[in-house]
Amino acid sequence: MPAPKRFSVKRKRVCKFCAEKISYIDFKDGKLLSHFIPERGKILPRRISGVCSVHQRQLSEAIKRARHMAILPFVAD
Amino acid sequence: MRTYEVAFIVAPTLTPEELDAFIAQMQTVVEGKSGKVVKVDNWGKKSLAYKIKKFRDGYYVILTVEADGAIIAELERRFRVADHVIRFISVRIDEDLKRAEKMKAARQRKAGSKPKSSVLRTDEYDAMPPAAPLR
Repeated sequence: MPAPKRFSVKRKRVCKFCAEKISYIDFKDGKLLSHFIPERGKILPRRISGVCSVHQRQLSEAIKRARHMAILPFVAD
Repeated sequence: MRTYEVAFIVAPTLTPEELDAFIAQMQTVVEGKSGKVVKVDNWGKKSLAYKIKKFRDGYYVILTVEADGAIIAELERRFRVADHVIRFISVRIDEDLKRAEKMKAARQRKAGSKPKSSVLRTDEYDAMPPAAPLR
């Protein structure tokens, strides 16, 4: 299968949380977290969202907690 | 004393007065065992992202408490027993808050001092606090 010519990330992306100096990602903040789950409700991978590894771990944990508390859906249609 | 965030969803079939009574009940549970309720956040009725027990919305309540693990275990036991609590989660946040404070303080110190070169003198290096663990 031929590899795609374009990469998902075109330039060196800055981690949004590092840029805004957010150190604690709150699971109750549905608006902030909803940027990282596109229409199907899946968590965006790091290479697409450009988040750094530390914040990606915190972000995915926060999203899972928010899903448990029905702030975010598990599967969205 | 650790700081916890306890969030729970109450079924929408309750009236606001019953809800307030329930929240007050939980507060007395915490205070009775020498805990402290720092903040009560009532979001009111919000629609859920998916159906829980046939309900499409519920009352969201978030308590920030300073307590021991035993108090949290007691709270969770009551949530499980109560019919109208349909979801709950308790998160320990004192480590995260401590880390956030440390990073903010480090950032302010860095912004205030603004060293001309990146090479530190020996006394500056010794005066730096040890690096905070990432977890």
